[in-house]
Amino acid sequence: MTQTATYALELKDLRKSFGKTEIIRGISLAVPQGERVGIIGPNGAGKSTLFNLISGRFEPTSGDVLLNGQSLKGKRSFEINRMGLSRSFQITNIFPKLSVFENLRCSVLWSLGYKYTFFKFLADLDDANARTDELMAMVKLDKKREVLAMNLTYAEQRALEIGITIGGGAQVILLDEPTAGMSKSETLRFIALIREVTVGKTLLTVEHDMGVVFGLADKIAVVVYGEVLAYDVPDAVRGNQEVQAAYLGSPVADAQAGDH
Amino acid sequence: MLQSMQKRKSLNVGRLVVWSLFALVLLLVPLFFTSSLSQTILSQMGIAIIVCLSYNILLGQGGMLSFGHAVYSGMGSFLAIHTLNLVSGGLPLPVSLVPIVGGLASVLVAIMLGWVTTKKAATPFAMITLGIGELVWAMSLMFPEFFGGEGGVSGNRVTGARPFGISYGPQIELYYLIAVYTFVCTGLMFAFTRTPLGRMLNAVRDNPERVEFVGYDTQKVRYIAFIIAAFFAGISGGLAALNFEIVTSEVVSGQRSGAYLLFTFLGGATFFFGPILGAIMMVLAFVLLSEFTKAWLLYLGLIFMFMVIYAPGGVASLIMMNVRVAMAGYLRKLWRQYLALSLASVVLLTGAGALIEMLYHLQLNAALGSTLSFFGYTLDSHGLTSWLGAGAVMFVGLVLFEVCRRQFSRQWAHVHDCIEADIKRKELP
Repeated sequence: MTQTATYALELKDLRKSFGKTEIIRGISLAVPQGERVGIIGPNGAGKSTLFNLISGRFEPTSGDVLLNGQSLKGKRSFEINRMGLSRSFQITNIFPKLSVFENLRCSVLWSLGYKYTFFKFLADLDDANARTDELMAMVKLDKKREVLAMNLTYAEQRALEIGITIGGGAQVILLDEPTAGMSKSETLRFIALIREVTVGKTLLTVEHDMGVVFGLADKIAVVVYGEVLAYDVPDAVRGNQEVQAAYLGSPVADAQAGDH
Repeated sequence: MLQSMQKRKSLNVGRLVVWSLFALVLLLVPLFFTSSLSQTILSQMGIAIIVCLSYNILLGQGGMLSFGHAVYSGMGSFLAIHTLNLVSGGLPLPVSLVPIVGGLASVLVAIMLGWVTTKKAATPFAMITLGIGELVWAMSLMFPEFFGGEGGVSGNRVTGARPFGISYGPQIELYYLIAVYTFVCTGLMFAFTRTPLGRMLNAVRDNPERVEFVGYDTQKVRYIAFIIAAFFAGISGGLAALNFEIVTSEVVSGQRSGAYLLFTFLGGATFFFGPILGAIMMVLAFVLLSEFTKAWLLYLGLIFMFMVIYAPGGVASLIMMNVRVAMAGYLRKLWRQYLALSLASVVLLTGAGALIEMLYHLQLNAALGSTLSFFGYTLDSHGLTSWLGAGAVMFVGLVLFEVCRRQFSRQWAHVHDCIEADIKRKELP
């Protein structure tokens, strides 16, 4: 354990090819502890692939990812999660036939050390149940406690997705288009929620909605064709000529119109 | 907060009542069914309940469609019968503990074979279980020293020490041993569903990918659950060995595995108690229905098809849907439709049954003459009137059934609208 790691997450010349096509073409990025980074880029730029590489869903072709200074090379998703990195999904990825409470409880069990226990009753795990209740209040689903996840509204499912992601108390959080498919007003409320629940954590979020990402992120990384075109504070990115030419078009609002 | 606490408490009282009733039924049922046939049937039901519940740990709770569960009940049976013979040879082990030996043996087998089996979920899992099932089945023919070849391995349960004068000679004594095992195993398997691993198993069933991102190794979850399921299957196998005092290689066969799947599904894999109903149906079908008619496998297949299409949640889900309606106070609105539907079904089944029985008679019992008895009626499998009559009855039944079914589904939808409206009204203030 390197206590002196300066960066929560560091990508070192990360590359990924599918067949002959190189999707991620050498991405290097260093995210300090507690920083919120917005990742933007056109469709097919490799944003989701990047998340899949970091979270262990895909194996990088070359390069490395360091989490608090530790290499994630060869680590599987659940091992990476145990090391303190958690992610959400662009397409809602929950446990449809379990209740809201059960969904969230599943996300806290490992971090509280219950592992594969089958000699204890869930009902007696006071810490897990208290943490789940707290989590449920945080994502504002406490009124839906016993509702099956598949019967929630879309926005509620997205909130549950966030709840499951932060449940284990990971310090590094990756959110893959958390507001995808939401209305404008839902999105604004949701961004406030994300800000609330990720206080003090390192956050990487893929966003399509420019307005949102400029408001939320401390820094913005622009990914185009598998490369980082710019990585800077929002104002600097907004003013960057290269970014405007390659991605934003002239006014920022154009990109917002492209949001689905 | 207080309200939810009270709710939970009352739930526990309800649970206590249910478990006491279950114990009471196990205790008292031989007093009402006293013939030796019913004692045999009841014993087999207990054995089947354990194995179907254990199968449902895989199917219902873990989403693992196994085609080879008989490997684990069967290996339990073989190890148990060999242990029983060791007891006869002087091993100081009470006969009542022999089923546990069966369970532990199956645990060992599952530890060895389970890691490969649970490497993948869904279709690959099903294929691997099928392969391993075939493998063990083939082995059972290759190693007659262990599996007993054609004749199987026999033993004698009336052996060893006799605590409190219990020799397990009379079937009723064995029934009560089986009843105790059934109660304890059912309790343990229910408890399992309330543990962290039990819940993560549901999560793995619902969405294995997501489970990997909350810190769990899905294969390990499946593997441990697989071993636990094998343990209870092995106990069931051990009890079967004591019950029949003979174990043949049929117990590890694919047919046996198929029966577990079929009846667990029929009972209802989505509810904990579903497989209990399935197990009861399994024994009734195998022991009684097979005596009653030669066409029993055909009937079974038809029922299975019908259930898969119209009630994929099994009998348990049918019951629970009606309980929901009853709780809301609307069952009164449905009884006429139910009555009409049952009458139409009786007509339909009579006609269809007569046709099937005549066909089977023609094919299998031609030597016995052309007439057969069907619920007291004499049918002539060579006579046109019998065929036309049965066909007409079936046709009328079919029409009636369809009419009643439409009526019923309209009323059913109406009742559910009412229930939804009631719930909304309650939520408003």
